[in-house]
Amino acid sequence: MSVHIAVNNLSVFYKEVCALKNLTLEIQRNEIFSIIGPANSGKTSFMQCLNRLNDLNQDYRKTGTIMMDGVDIDTLDVEDLRARAGIVFALPFPLPMSIAENITYGPRMHGMRSKAKLDEVVEQSLRDAYLWDEVKDRLNSPAMNLSGGQQQRLCIARVLAGKPEVILFDEPTSGLDPISTARVEETMVILKDRFTIVLVTNNVAQAARVGTRTAFFLMGEMVEVADTKTIFTAPSDRRTDEYVTGKFG
Amino acid sequence: MNARTEQRIAFSVLFACTLLVVMPVLIILAIIFVKGYSALSLDFLLGMPEDGMNAGGIFPAVLGTLYLVIGAIAFAVPLGVLSAIYLVEYSRDNAISRLIRLAIVNLAGVPSVVYGLFGLGIFVVFLGFGVSILSGSLTLGIMILPVIITASREALESVPRSFRIVSFSLGASRWQTIRHVVLPHALPGILTGTILGLGRAAGETAPILFTVAAFYLPTLPESVFDQTMALPYHLYVISTQVPGIHEEVRFGTALVLLLLVLLLNLAAIILRYQFRKKKKW
Repeated sequence: MSVHIAVNNLSVFYKEVCALKNLTLEIQRNEIFSIIGPANSGKTSFMQCLNRLNDLNQDYRKTGTIMMDGVDIDTLDVEDLRARAGIVFALPFPLPMSIAENITYGPRMHGMRSKAKLDEVVEQSLRDAYLWDEVKDRLNSPAMNLSGGQQQRLCIARVLAGKPEVILFDEPTSGLDPISTARVEETMVILKDRFTIVLVTNNVAQAARVGTRTAFFLMGEMVEVADTKTIFTAPSDRRTDEYVTGKFG
Repeated sequence: MNARTEQRIAFSVLFACTLLVVMPVLIILAIIFVKGYSALSLDFLLGMPEDGMNAGGIFPAVLGTLYLVIGAIAFAVPLGVLSAIYLVEYSRDNAISRLIRLAIVNLAGVPSVVYGLFGLGIFVVFLGFGVSILSGSLTLGIMILPVIITASREALESVPRSFRIVSFSLGASRWQTIRHVVLPHALPGILTGTILGLGRAAGETAPILFTVAAFYLPTLPESVFDQTMALPYHLYVISTQVPGIHEEVRFGTALVLLLLVLLLNLAAIILRYQFRKKKKW
């Protein structure tokens, strides 16, 4: 195990509102680091710092540092960073293009031109996201025609096509039915061997099922972080205990 | 009176109002068509005016209007679309950008004769283009700019924010996002704006009055620095300055102008349809 992402004293503000306070934590390579917590606890704000999507928000301001492989992410080229830390959103958002074009969008924007290489990326990414067999005969049909669960796996495949090191899952199953949810969770567990995964979820049971370690956020602060098992069986903070056992949240 | 009768009365009133709105359009079209269609012939469309414009064709005016519309669109569409992209995608929401937006909205309300005087001052006199197709096209172009900018802005703003976020999150730059995701999606809306501008440019008389339009020319224009005849002005001229002209020539000219605008619109609508068809939902 080695440290992949090191967050040091991170605070996030939108205008004057503080969304995240003095966060310090380390995310290990090849773990599923899950973050649980009620709404407005700063989970998504944190995640959008990791690939600097927050930079798009005019009101956003941050203090503290985030290091990826020992390099401050603010010094990286933002387009490269976003390919290295791909994100899967709560709702599947296919781009209004074909299935294949959705997959190759990232690589094409980073200059990949060869048809053979792009075809290879399409097949490999779809296989890795367990979608290949369902769509291999209609790669050129619109991505919007897929079902919700398929769209979400397409979004995972699209992130994989960018050859990331880190995959950020932002409540990836909140819009899916239980069967699709199970498939996405299986995929996450398998992908853990090759990628570092950060999972934000307000489904506590999901963190318990797939998380290696789990952090509990509340009102912009990290209350506790520990092995998932510890968090769910013997948390050291009373608020964590109340949240995971469903007394509030 | 029960609810059913009330509803019936309400529907009748609403329907009558709608009908009243449509009637003038239909009546105008009908009158122009009935009185003008007998003048239509190939000689009328493709012939030169003869006998002090009492006879012969209106070809120079048709050609002139086509030149002016193409010139205005060629100038206004790139400029309008690019500035709309800047306003929607790049400019931050501050006092200056709000002022620019306000100015554009107000520009749409400026009377067309004022554009004509402006064109005379800037293009004809100051820049020395003379009374010419170039001056007229530029004047018409400026007149339809606000229409094109406003329609393009609305089209760009209607592209879902999620498309942009997803594109950024996959590591695309802002320009790549605009080029590959936003613009293809906004194109039909931009074309709608172009269609509206096109119709206006073809039909306006005041902006071309001082900048390009000729009362009568024995020859066709040979360069953008030549004057030209144009349909709306020609219609005005033959209706007011040529005594004893046949009514059917006047209405025939009006009909040709109408058909020309419809034809140009149709071309743009077909183009828009092609783009919509390519969209993958």
